[in-house]
Amino acid sequence: MIPFLSVEGLSKRFDRTVAVDDVSLSLARGEMLALLGPSGSGKTTMLRLLAGFETPDAGRVVVEGEDVTAVEPVRRRFGMVFQHYALFPHLDAGQNVGFGLESLGIRGSDLAERVAKALALVDLAGLERRRVDQLSGGQQQRVALARALAPEPRVLLLDEPLSNLDPTLRERTRREIRDLIRRVGITTVLVTHEQDEAFDLGDRVAVLRGGKLEQVGTPDELYAAPANRFVGGFVGRSSVLPVKVIGPTEWGTRVDVEGVEWEIERPAGHPVMLPGPALLLVRPEALRIGDEQGAIVGTVTARRFTGPASYFTVLTASGATIEIMAPPAAVRAGERVAILPSRRAAGGLHLFPADEA
Amino acid sequence: MRARRAGSLVAGVLLLVLAWLVLYPLILVLAEGVRGAEGWTLDHAREFIGRPTEIRALVNSLWISLASVALAALLGIPLAFLLARYDLPGGRVLGGLVALPAVLPPLVGVVAFLFLYGETGFIPLLLMWLFRLEDPPWRLEGAGAILLVHAYSMYVYFYLLVRASLVSLDASQLEAAASLGAGRWRTLRKVVLPHLKPALAGAALLTFMTALGSFSAPYVFGGGFRVMPTQIVATRLNGETQLAMIETASLAALALLALLLFRTGSTTVSGGRKGAGPAQVAIGGRFARLMAGVVGWGLAILLLLPHLTLVLVSFVPVGTWTTEPLPPAYTLHNYVALVEDPVRVRPLLNSLWLATVATVAAVAIALAGALVTARRSTAVRRSIEGLLALPWAVPGTVFAIALATAFSVHKPITGRFILVGTLWILPLAYLVRNLPITSRAIGAGVRALDPSLDEAAASLGAGRARTLRRVTLPLLRPALLAGASLAFVTAFGDFVTSIMLYTYDTRPISLEILSSLRQADVGVAAAYGVVLMLVSGAVFALGSGGQGRGGNAG
Repeated sequence: MIPFLSVEGLSKRFDRTVAVDDVSLSLARGEMLALLGPSGSGKTTMLRLLAGFETPDAGRVVVEGEDVTAVEPVRRRFGMVFQHYALFPHLDAGQNVGFGLESLGIRGSDLAERVAKALALVDLAGLERRRVDQLSGGQQQRVALARALAPEPRVLLLDEPLSNLDPTLRERTRREIRDLIRRVGITTVLVTHEQDEAFDLGDRVAVLRGGKLEQVGTPDELYAAPANRFVGGFVGRSSVLPVKVIGPTEWGTRVDVEGVEWEIERPAGHPVMLPGPALLLVRPEALRIGDEQGAIVGTVTARRFTGPASYFTVLTASGATIEIMAPPAAVRAGERVAILPSRRAAGGLHLFPADEA
Repeated sequence: MRARRAGSLVAGVLLLVLAWLVLYPLILVLAEGVRGAEGWTLDHAREFIGRPTEIRALVNSLWISLASVALAALLGIPLAFLLARYDLPGGRVLGGLVALPAVLPPLVGVVAFLFLYGETGFIPLLLMWLFRLEDPPWRLEGAGAILLVHAYSMYVYFYLLVRASLVSLDASQLEAAASLGAGRWRTLRKVVLPHLKPALAGAALLTFMTALGSFSAPYVFGGGFRVMPTQIVATRLNGETQLAMIETASLAALALLALLLFRTGSTTVSGGRKGAGPAQVAIGGRFARLMAGVVGWGLAILLLLPHLTLVLVSFVPVGTWTTEPLPPAYTLHNYVALVEDPVRVRPLLNSLWLATVATVAAVAIALAGALVTARRSTAVRRSIEGLLALPWAVPGTVFAIALATAFSVHKPITGRFILVGTLWILPLAYLVRNLPITSRAIGAGVRALDPSLDEAAASLGAGRARTLRRVTLPLLRPALLAGASLAFVTAFGDFVTSIMLYTYDTRPISLEILSSLRQADVGVAAAYGVVLMLVSGAVFALGSGGQGRGGNAG
């Protein structure tokens, strides 16, 4: 497959800080990629490099085989939805949406028709003459989306598309954006620091940290097989326990956790870990309460009630805290509890070298 | 990138033009002051230090300025508290009226004062009539008169800045202080005053600089009492050009020194600006409310009385008002003369076109400066911003002398042309003087623009020209209007630079007011003053009105 959009060895530094460090990515036509990372991870710089607002120090951006690295944003034909929308406050909704079409020389009834179509696409039919400051936050966002899509760009870029919305609106808007982009079928890159958003919107998710690409994959892949401790901890809930590697087994690694031995599955392709200290990343649903052979013992210090299941914080004898998921009434705060890997814990326990940051 | 290179070119040209117009003339003045028949000399500087009159003028300038700050503070701060804290009857109108002297040309204020408190003014005549006096009860002359005019016209700085600061005070801070058991005085001392500190420092600096450069009041009321700006003009009239240069340099040095001292002395307190401003306190009791209203409106009338007098005098026929407390006859003739007499129309038209040219040029330069410096390296930005602001720190007399020095010689290679005596020296002088105020207004507008609007336009395929035309300029309209109106008002009423650079053909209104006064044509002088006042007020209202409407930019 020839990728529709690809980024090759892209790097950008500002003064002394490296914002983007040798990142390579590729997207198929119509694919949605979410750039996920904490603040300062370089995800916004990545997006601005794609849009052409920043010039990379090294690397290329290629669309449909055309190297656009040196193409100015004006001629790049990448649509962008800004975090704060950047709607032109002196123009009405229709004029905003028509702005990019006018750049293409579209005028008169053609223009009106395409503006109307773009507004209808985002469910704002007939609001052409509405002033921007008379629109609700969600409507503004949809005008911004319509404005970016109207000139039929090659790639759509979304900068934190939901961060400016009311929390109660976010989930619904997320669904609307996803459906709309699927319908239009445009290749999309979006930036977010919310894992939920990334998982819900992205066909694939690229996790960035300190300008480096840590891992890229489908949400399932990232969750079930994190490439390192950072990705494992950043994606989904987890606790980290210091453990000691005893040695390899037939299909995994034998480790010493709090004085008892657990066997951790080794994902295909991962190197055999040498005996010595290591870190075990545990998903809350990968542990269960049970007083059997191989259980570790601790005290429940807190419960977080979320409905059908609750999260319990358990303090072990060595002072580590583990979060486990269990039915809400399984145990009470202050009680002693024994926990061990649940039988269907595949993908919930991950072993990483101790020296890994 | 091509766009960036074009921006650098504009920045370079701008830097060059500004250095030529703003910095170069000042340097030439300095050089002129130490130039002897052959080579350099300190003779003129020595002469300056040796003459007691010179030193006295410098000292006078300093103490008059300091006293002006004190008096303006004394008047402006209580007024700000009164109007910001208490809900007076007609408080909004009152607030606007009290701020009026800010937009009126200094000379108009001086002339208005003359008509009200001068020897043949309204109040002395009234007193003479009431008490059957032979002579006017006082002479409006010397340091006292200057200080009176200064206090009257400069309290506005304290009033405006302190009032804005009081309104921006977060009411919850006051509530927090009260809930922590602080009484009114402790709250005032520990919460309100620290919050006001930047506003007080700013107002003090503004007043000091204005008083230091003040020319109209010392020129009209000074008599034998000389301050540096009037001393410079007198020395120049005596033909001692190089001594005048030294005087000019010493005044500029004093101004810059003051600026430096203020800058290092005042630390800004940054604080939470969230939350609602303190609610106005409703005055309980009908009597207290009446008293507060009387005090507030009484003060306002007292402050506006000179301008009311000016309006009154403008309707007085020539030579009819001598000793009566009120003019015995009224006529429209003074205004008709302004329009019908070609000699009288000329200054009006002159001031209009001079100010318009200066305004257009100042707005263009300020806009280019603001756009070019918005996203540029600090060194270039600092230089451009510094040059744009410099004329503010230098008294008008200094700039007039500097421009007169720089542009009275034809040496194209060194960038000097003969402009003195031509039509172009006055617009140029107005332009240079307008740059700080215009570029401050426009720069604030440009900085308030969301940079992602530019990027949005670019990603939608709009080139630089289209983005400027369709996005940037429309959004900047309020700022451009504000900057233009400020520039126009200052240029339209200018006196201090005009008096040194005008020619008969370009004589502006301010000089015609002066010559009408000299010919005892009091009514015509007043009519000119009223026109100046009305046009200034209208233009200023236009500029600030636009700001209110388009305030949602960004």
